[in-house]
Amino acid sequence: MEIQEITEQQIWLALENVKDPEIPVISIVDMGMITGIEIRDSNSAQVTMTPTFVGCPAIDVIKKNIREEILKLGFEEVEVKVDFETQWTSDRMKPSAKIKLEKFGLAPPVMLNDGELTEEQLNKVRCPHCHSTDTTLRSAFGSTLCRAIRFCFSCKQGFEQFKPI
Amino acid sequence: MSNALKNLLYKMADDALIIGHRNSEWTGIGPMLEEDLAFSSMAQDKIGHAQALYKILNEVLGEADPDTLAFKREEKQFKCCQFVEQPIGEYDFSIVRQFLFDHAELIRYDMLTQSSFQPLAQLAKKVKGEIKYHVMHADTFVKQLGNGTEESRARLQSSLNYAWHLSLGIFEKSEFENELISENIFVGEDELKKRWQEKIIPILEVANLKVPATDESKIVYGGRKAFHSEFLKPLLDEMCEVVRTDIDAEW
Repeated sequence: MEIQEITEQQIWLALENVKDPEIPVISIVDMGMITGIEIRDSNSAQVTMTPTFVGCPAIDVIKKNIREEILKLGFEEVEVKVDFETQWTSDRMKPSAKIKLEKFGLAPPVMLNDGELTEEQLNKVRCPHCHSTDTTLRSAFGSTLCRAIRFCFSCKQGFEQFKPI
Repeated sequence: MSNALKNLLYKMADDALIIGHRNSEWTGIGPMLEEDLAFSSMAQDKIGHAQALYKILNEVLGEADPDTLAFKREEKQFKCCQFVEQPIGEYDFSIVRQFLFDHAELIRYDMLTQSSFQPLAQLAKKVKGEIKYHVMHADTFVKQLGNGTEESRARLQSSLNYAWHLSLGIFEKSEFENELISENIFVGEDELKKRWQEKIIPILEVANLKVPATDESKIVYGGRKAFHSEFLKPLLDEMCEVVRTDIDAEW
């Protein structure tokens, strides 16, 4: 039997199974955290990732989960590298991820397009519950490093937003 | 050049680690829930920044691993400024310190995005985005409290007066200053201080606060040369207490 080579595409697919433990509905691929995949030979591969926040406490868990998923494909050696050569910004998040975020109850980040964060961008955020934009920032810091706390005047509910960064 | 780089990275990492530890002392006792979360989150960010800087020291410049650098060094090996060592005091002091320190941090990282030392330039691009939120937080409360009641303004002003000469110690130069500038690693402490003042003075004016007069002889230097205040040793003893119970334990 011929041994089939594992393609980069298969690695991307396998990585779809790895989620950010703090936002379990979105894969790290959709988050835009994977910045490089290299197949060295039929036995070894390297995955490069960049964290959403420098001090993200989930990095080690994510690294471990990436390794396990890639090992399942049949590689013997998997190296997961974390670096800042490409810096993560919330603009790297795929549009489909933003829809999932909103369904999860987290308002998605607005696009920054390499610009500075403006007050207007901070204030024009849609409530994930009732979809009103009549909302306000209560605190730029929430239950995890990536979340801010907001309040919706229309449905009178507090909600969290993934910070544009 | 590597000694100059090490010196710069150590002082930045030590500042971040120590202010991060101080911020974490608000966890559970913040004056309101949002502020409890804010200082706790900023603590986590700062300690993350310290870890990333120690990691560069380790992986690129051959120093020990980040945990060893954070938890197994003596007081005399730390290069943080004395400003970050000060106890959290009351909320007014903590918010004033955060304002003065984080504005300097944001400008420092902004300058470092242009550094000739690539690992630091790359990290700076990332960290800058996070510190923007810290600065936004500080600006909001400095403006609100400065324009709040007579008591809130008076408290903020008195903390600002107390913090002023301590904060100027951030910009203490090391013997490597000229080398860092000529090698295009960092634009330099004088330029940083100038841009910092241009940034914070208008905000203090909006906040109805008087900018204290600078008396060069009162600026609290020493930290960058490993001369520390009486507050650093007890902080390190507390921070390292668990590690020291079994220094070789595997975690």
